[in-house]
Amino acid sequence: MTPITQSPRSASTPYHVEQYRRDFPILSQQVHGHPLVYLDNAATTQKPQVVLRAIQHYYEQDNANVHRGVHELSVRATAAYEQARLKVQRFLNAGRSEEIIFVRGATEGVNLVAQSYGRSQLYDGDEVLITHMEHHSNIVPWQMVCEQTGAHLRVVPINDRGELLMDEYHRLLTPRTRIVAVTHISNALGTINPLREMIPAAHAVGAVVLVDGAQAAPHLPIDVRELQCDFYVLSGHKMYGPSGVGVLYGRSDLLRAMPPYQGGGEMIRTVTLEHTTYNDPPHRFEAGTPHISGAVALASAIDYLQDIGLEHIAAYEQALLEYATAALAELPGLRFIGTASDKAAVLSWHFDDIHPHDIGTFLDHEGIAVRTGHHCAQPVMDRYNIPATVRASFGLYNTRDEVDCLVHGLQKVIKVFR
Amino acid sequence: MSDLHDLYQQLILDHNHHPRNRRELPDADKKAEGFNPLCGDRVTIFLKLKDNVVTEAAFEGKGCAISTASASLLTESIKGKTLEEAKQLFRKFHQMITGEVKESSDGPGLGKLEVFSNVCHYPARVKCASLAWHTLNSAIDQQSDGVISTE
Ligand SMILES: Cc1ncc(COP(=O)(O)O)c(C=O)c1O
Repeated sequence: MTPITQSPRSASTPYHVEQYRRDFPILSQQVHGHPLVYLDNAATTQKPQVVLRAIQHYYEQDNANVHRGVHELSVRATAAYEQARLKVQRFLNAGRSEEIIFVRGATEGVNLVAQSYGRSQLYDGDEVLITHMEHHSNIVPWQMVCEQTGAHLRVVPINDRGELLMDEYHRLLTPRTRIVAVTHISNALGTINPLREMIPAAHAVGAVVLVDGAQAAPHLPIDVRELQCDFYVLSGHKMYGPSGVGVLYGRSDLLRAMPPYQGGGEMIRTVTLEHTTYNDPPHRFEAGTPHISGAVALASAIDYLQDIGLEHIAAYEQALLEYATAALAELPGLRFIGTASDKAAVLSWHFDDIHPHDIGTFLDHEGIAVRTGHHCAQPVMDRYNIPATVRASFGLYNTRDEVDCLVHGLQKVIKVFR
Repeated sequence: MSDLHDLYQQLILDHNHHPRNRRELPDADKKAEGFNPLCGDRVTIFLKLKDNVVTEAAFEGKGCAISTASASLLTESIKGKTLEEAKQLFRKFHQMITGEVKESSDGPGLGKLEVFSNVCHYPARVKCASLAWHTLNSAIDQQSDGVISTE
């Protein structure tokens, strides 16, 4: 294990990718007789040993229900769970721990805001503004709440490079706009959106802003106070933590005014058969027994990320992205989908004459895991008039050798299918 | 997993490069559209009939090599068959690609269509091979045009 560093490393600190790779047991296997090359990190990331150990440790030593018992194990489980909340708070630089709500993932975070905040605040004729590059999880919950309230969904268009048309964004922001929901980083295109321009502009017309940070959390340092966003959602499994746990950050004044999302235990203060008073945030929004081991393991994933340093990860991945972009650009007939000037380590591409599915199966045979399909972003595919792309998305453990494997695999694909 | 060349046999690559009967039949007697939401592939199957016998079969659409070759070979293999025989072929084909029938000594008896027998080793690709056939099935069953989905 890497030693915990107290101060941030300097930019010249070497990046020990081979050492990090050894932290991830799953990476050392062979797939179809080849060393696994895992390039599907935008779908989900692999888990380091420390995260796996945290889960095991929790169940071996501390398992109990939280906030309910006076016995020792319950006290320990509760402490571990609440420690995890504090860890997330610091990770996002949120002002208060009550602003951190554990949910199942980014999807549940968006649904919670849509159904609690949206449903209680939206009226006929109000507008919700999303973008053309959203994941289905940041489209469908808004369509649902618009249907329920009579609000209208508006969409910020994108250009051919996969960047938001900011003139259009400013034009679409009006006093009718109540909510802006935008992804920090697009999973299909890799685009990093200009939140520092978007959020103040939304506030200026009186709208609140939800940022979908599912793809950002593993790649960039995030500071919700600096961003001044009102809501921020993320998924544990995309940031080297377990699946089934995620986070909703919400500004405390907004959360306090919001009605519950689900009813049950934990979220109440008093219950009689006639009437219930609700608990304060965050518990008001955490009905039922939460994913305790998930939260605990997410906290250890955060430790792991911060130990390497998100700045270092971001810099390393940027260099890898540049290397991969240049290497893939050499392949005849390859068209990149998503060429924004500000991009995370996601490469999506298309050949006119070779279908992504054939590429996916072929690369899999070489031990290379990529994603093929519409990436839960069908409107993006429609925008480029293609059914699907092949996507390689990089994580902190990917290497140039792996990029070379990918290029070599694609050269073979071209030979067979052309 | 078996060798990749068992999945992408020459016949499949050939039908992918040169699909047979890929055209619209404007005066089709039966027609249905199929959609695989997983990969976005679409296919439309057209049939012309005389006395319940398929006199012409064609398809339109774009997809992966497996789905294109499957549609192409479908149109070849059902020509001259009655609708009931075509449905029978669909059932046998489906059993083959889902691995429901292990090869009997005389094989599944599907002729050229047996080039798809290895699809059963690639669960993620079964829908690619079956899309055209599900669409055929719904073209035969439906009176009106409908979109069917593999999901
Ligand atoms: C940008 C983006 N938002 C939201 C999600 C949904 O995440 P989850 O399925 O973990 O809720 C994803 C997952 O692919 C994503 O890439």
